[in-house]
Amino acid sequence: MKQFMHDLLLVAKKDLRIEIRSRVIINQVVPFAILVLVLFGFALDADQKTLRTFSPGLFWIAVLLSLLLAIQRSVSLETVNDSLTGLKLAGLSPVAIFFGKSIAIFTQIVFLELLLTGGIIIFYGSVIEDPALWVVAGLVTALAVSVTGTLYGALASGLEVRETLLPILLLPVLAPVLIGATKAYSGALGETVSNGWQWTGLLSLFALIAATLGSLAYGVLVEE
Amino acid sequence: MNVIELRGAMVFLGRFPALAGVNLTVESGEIVALQGANGAGKTTLLKLCAGLLPLGSGSGKVLGHDLFTEQQSIRRSVAMLGHTSGLYEDLTARENVIFWAQASGLDKATAHERAENAIRRMGVEERLLSLPVSRLSAGQKRRTSLASLTVRRPELWLLDEPHSGLDQDGREAIDSFIKEVVGVGGTVIIASHELDRVSSLSPRVITVAGGIALENEDQ
Amino acid sequence: MFKQNQGVTSSPKSRLLGFATLLGLITLFVFAFFLTDPDVRLHPTTGEEIGQFDAVRLLYLHVPMAIIGPYLAPLVGAVASVGYLIKRTPWWDVTAHAAIEVGAIFCGLVLVQGSIWGRPVWNTWWEWGDVRIMTTLILFLMLLSYLALRRVVADEHKQARRSAIVALVAAVNLPIINRSVEWWESRTLHQKSTLSELKIEDLTFFTLMMGIVVFLMLFTWLVLHRFRLGWLEKESLKQEALTAIEERRAEAATNEEETS
Repeated sequence: MKQFMHDLLLVAKKDLRIEIRSRVIINQVVPFAILVLVLFGFALDADQKTLRTFSPGLFWIAVLLSLLLAIQRSVSLETVNDSLTGLKLAGLSPVAIFFGKSIAIFTQIVFLELLLTGGIIIFYGSVIEDPALWVVAGLVTALAVSVTGTLYGALASGLEVRETLLPILLLPVLAPVLIGATKAYSGALGETVSNGWQWTGLLSLFALIAATLGSLAYGVLVEE
Repeated sequence: MNVIELRGAMVFLGRFPALAGVNLTVESGEIVALQGANGAGKTTLLKLCAGLLPLGSGSGKVLGHDLFTEQQSIRRSVAMLGHTSGLYEDLTARENVIFWAQASGLDKATAHERAENAIRRMGVEERLLSLPVSRLSAGQKRRTSLASLTVRRPELWLLDEPHSGLDQDGREAIDSFIKEVVGVGGTVIIASHELDRVSSLSPRVITVAGGIALENEDQ
Repeated sequence: MFKQNQGVTSSPKSRLLGFATLLGLITLFVFAFFLTDPDVRLHPTTGEEIGQFDAVRLLYLHVPMAIIGPYLAPLVGAVASVGYLIKRTPWWDVTAHAAIEVGAIFCGLVLVQGSIWGRPVWNTWWEWGDVRIMTTLILFLMLLSYLALRRVVADEHKQARRSAIVALVAAVNLPIINRSVEWWESRTLHQKSTLSELKIEDLTFFTLMMGIVVFLMLFTWLVLHRFRLGWLEKESLKQEALTAIEERRAEAATNEEETS
């Protein structure tokens, strides 16, 4: 167990350190996410009332689109110089690699969520009415999409068509997460009276199942 | 002790028989050079010995561990340098070596100590240590890769074209490293399609062709 | 039952099944489009004519397809995928592929045909928030991505492993999708169960049951053939591999002569 935590943190810290060094998230993914928010503004005719009403959904779509980029990046770190083979030779357990990479993605997504929340407050005039729900639903959703994304990143890795394949593999699977997270944030942002905590429960269930299946399946994938 | 013992080893890449029945025995302390054309099966043979590919049929032992059942133990005690560096381009050379030391299960203090030793031993220039690996030359990258492998103190080294793309200086550094490894009782297998590059090491030469290893009698 | 390798996908038994399915489909069409009555009921208070009229006839095709496409086929696919992950033999992989490919076609048809039926009856092509429509749509997209993945992974074992994981995740995800759509809009235009309104001796009920049986036969027939095609593909790959081994040995032998 101690060894497992050591390996997990090692992988997570390594991925995050690379992100801090290369600034791909800061220089590319963050501007992209903000751009998506602005594009929604153009598409919905700059009507702040409409934008505010739909802000929970628009927020999560921006998160999911950014997630795709973050996952692609996370996969390419290991494949560009075939470092994954090195990790295998070093004797790291695939489960530790899976959770390590998931935690790195999770941290990046939480960071993005904070920035995007700022974005919808400024651009759309949203207000956080239920901070507890905002925090918990935000964290649970970030967890759900990170573990699912890490698994699907591995499923599409090593293929020439990885960039085009990943969205169609991943997004349908995340459909219930988008619905749940949107509903939870509708409650948190006070747009509709919704049973946000119930949705957060469903999101937690999804995250739990995805983490279990993902950690098992990742081992099968790494051993190809 | 025999470091490698393969009997009729077959390896399939998909349906393709990359190795079609290899018999090979390598003793401890040997330098073995695998020569052969591209696609002959040299890299596959190295990967098999590293425990990275499943044995299709036949039998085999590496460092006393069975290739069918004890792949994990094999992996931990071999070092493999493939066509790719295995390094993270955005981390510095020092960070890379420390990471790989920690990845092999060493605690932080030991990892740092061994990493510094390895870097010095491989002669990676001090001023380059804090640059991201992406900015290093091919020779310095190769040295960093080797440094990141030595920290694990492997008994068996599998080097796939270690001299390719290096200048005279770099090639000599690789050669002296290999001699050093063998000097302390390690075993080295080198895959190379240009035999004259490794001739200074006076290795035992084995020709790989059509997925089969053939001993060169004149050596 | 499945295995045979004569280079064709039909056998006397499957030809018989195919013929029976064809007869069944013709009979079903006659019953559905001519013998059964259109759905016309009188409104209890106003006495107006209400109901689905001739559109009800589409249900004899819709219900069987909706049972097979989004339920039976993915179930078979998921079970076969789990079988593959445990046994790692091509039989399970080919079965999963066959069931999912045919299932995807049924799902696609059920969506299109349901939409055509929904226009006159529900007065809309598409009903957002309807649990069954939305679940079927998302499932359909997941099945398409499964097929897309299979297409791009060249290595046979990788293809089987990755596909099995995708199929398994889709199946596990299905109840969650269903639940989330149900909570999402908490409305459905779908009847709870059309069957409870019908009497056993009713011709409508008979036709519906016949539809289910005929479509099950069609599904079996299609999966059987798709399986055999997949199996033939595997066989031909195996043959290629045997040739490749011989070539590899010959290559080594020539080289040996040269060296010695």
